[in-house]
Amino acid sequence: MSNQSTFADIEKSQLSASLVTANKRAQKTRALLLAPAVLTIFLIGILPLSIVLVYSFLEPGSYGGVKWNLSFDAYIQLLFEEDIFEETLTFNTAYLQIFWRSLSLAIVATITCLFIGFPMAYFISIQSAHRKNTLLFLVTIPFWTNLLIRTYCMLLILRDQGALNLALVNLGILDKPLPLLYTDFAVGLGLVYAFLPFMVLPIYTSLEKFDFRMVEAGSDLYASRFKVLTRIIIPIAKPGIAAGCILVFIPSLGAYITPELLGGGKSLMIGNLINLQFGQGRNWPFGSAIALILMVMVMISLFVYLNRTTRNEES
Amino acid sequence: MSDLSNTAHNKVRQAKDLKYQPGFSYITWLALFILYAPILILVLYSFNANRSVVVWTSFSTDWYVKAWHNEGIQSAALISLEVAVIAMVLSTTFATMAALVTTRTPPYKGMNISIAIINQPLMIPEIVTAVATLIFFAVIKKATGANGIGFLITAHTVFCIPFAYMPIRARLEDMDLSLEQAAADLYASPLMVFKRVTLPLMMPGVLSGAMLAFIVSVDDVVISLFVGGPGETTLPLYILGQIRRGVTPEVNAVSTVFLGISVILVTLIFLFGRPKSTRPEKSQ
Repeated sequence: MSNQSTFADIEKSQLSASLVTANKRAQKTRALLLAPAVLTIFLIGILPLSIVLVYSFLEPGSYGGVKWNLSFDAYIQLLFEEDIFEETLTFNTAYLQIFWRSLSLAIVATITCLFIGFPMAYFISIQSAHRKNTLLFLVTIPFWTNLLIRTYCMLLILRDQGALNLALVNLGILDKPLPLLYTDFAVGLGLVYAFLPFMVLPIYTSLEKFDFRMVEAGSDLYASRFKVLTRIIIPIAKPGIAAGCILVFIPSLGAYITPELLGGGKSLMIGNLINLQFGQGRNWPFGSAIALILMVMVMISLFVYLNRTTRNEES
Repeated sequence: MSDLSNTAHNKVRQAKDLKYQPGFSYITWLALFILYAPILILVLYSFNANRSVVVWTSFSTDWYVKAWHNEGIQSAALISLEVAVIAMVLSTTFATMAALVTTRTPPYKGMNISIAIINQPLMIPEIVTAVATLIFFAVIKKATGANGIGFLITAHTVFCIPFAYMPIRARLEDMDLSLEQAAADLYASPLMVFKRVTLPLMMPGVLSGAMLAFIVSVDDVVISLFVGGPGETTLPLYILGQIRRGVTPEVNAVSTVFLGISVILVTLIFLFGRPKSTRPEKSQ
């Protein structure tokens, strides 16, 4: 920073007056061009987050909205249940369970995506240019197609009369349909299905420029295929793996559509809990508090990710 | 000569064998099958004549005709289109202006912050943004008494900006600066350089960005669910409502059409975004 400013100082002193005014004009154009995008996002995307913080410390209004009285109820409610008659607090794990389910489902989905996505990305990267393009295209299409409809397709498969159960019963493997829908398994599967492309694409990018002569060198030195994989290829792909994991983990943790359609009322995640507070629950402060906690969880995982990647770059 | 190419060929084959990892190809094909099989089943169901959505009876396009004449679907599709088109135009314009600055000027202090702000909607879970926008708009609506679809369009514009920004910035970074410099050397005014050189060259990126913004807006569920007022039911919200009430064949037909349109748009983006076919040298 200081280097830059001293450089700018020297430069400025050398410039003639007319150039300085031209420079100023350029600065003005720059600011004018940036302003619409930056201001729109700042005013409507970032500033409201601080209002969420304020709302989480208020009392709920009777028909949605808030009453302007300071209250910590939203945070107390997360852990304790208030008995209206005796006015005592009892420890309640119902909400904690939903947080725990969200966290564990997001972790399981991320790991599953990694074990499927890494081999896919590697396999794509060793294909001929034409085939590579076709395979990448096939992975990209689900990436950009409607998540709601794709999840709905999954629902069609997992229903009691869905394609999977129908096939299993007709093949004689099952006597009667297995209740797959509205379970944690269905939600986990839905998350993997939804976010798998988010894992494949960054890992592919990190392998794209990999010099495959290194693999030759490794096997020349009597490394087995497995050793080449763990000692050469995986370390090279590490930035892609880290990016893929964060890209699957964050949307999984905050997922709403997948648990809504595949989990029903039985397998709630944080996203559904937030939605309930702004719909039926009419408890905006509680909803705001949960949303804030979700954001803190995401921030922590982003922080861990950034910390790790910068440390890797240094070493 | 032939010997030489032969050994080279053998070497290439050998290298390819070494790269091979056992089982990876099976995982890939299986995963692709799992990604596409559910979609194919949806398409199949949508052409089923039977209402029960369980048993296949015969091929029929009845559900498409019924969906086409369904007023709920018609109005939802129009609202989606209105929101997406306006959000696309606004976000692409804003993103193009911002990308020109971030790629065409030397980095300065405010710029990195600006880039971070532009990318911010990608970092925060959608549902948190939805909550924040809902509360913010509720405050404004109460204070000013304003109402209407403008709020929904504004919310869409915000999260469309980073998606439009990405391909435009990539395209500008990829472009050869010497063409613009040459034009300036030949006494073209900055506006002329922009109109005659920069704009035509960056057009593929702008088009990709616009289409991405359109797709992201049309696909959105969570933010529309929170921010959309009564009577502002977009097509995904309509489909979600129908799914909650139970599966109907009409929804299968609408969803299939919806998917088809997305696939066409993604294919176009893929073709535009291909680095080889859009090199500046070729597009004059």
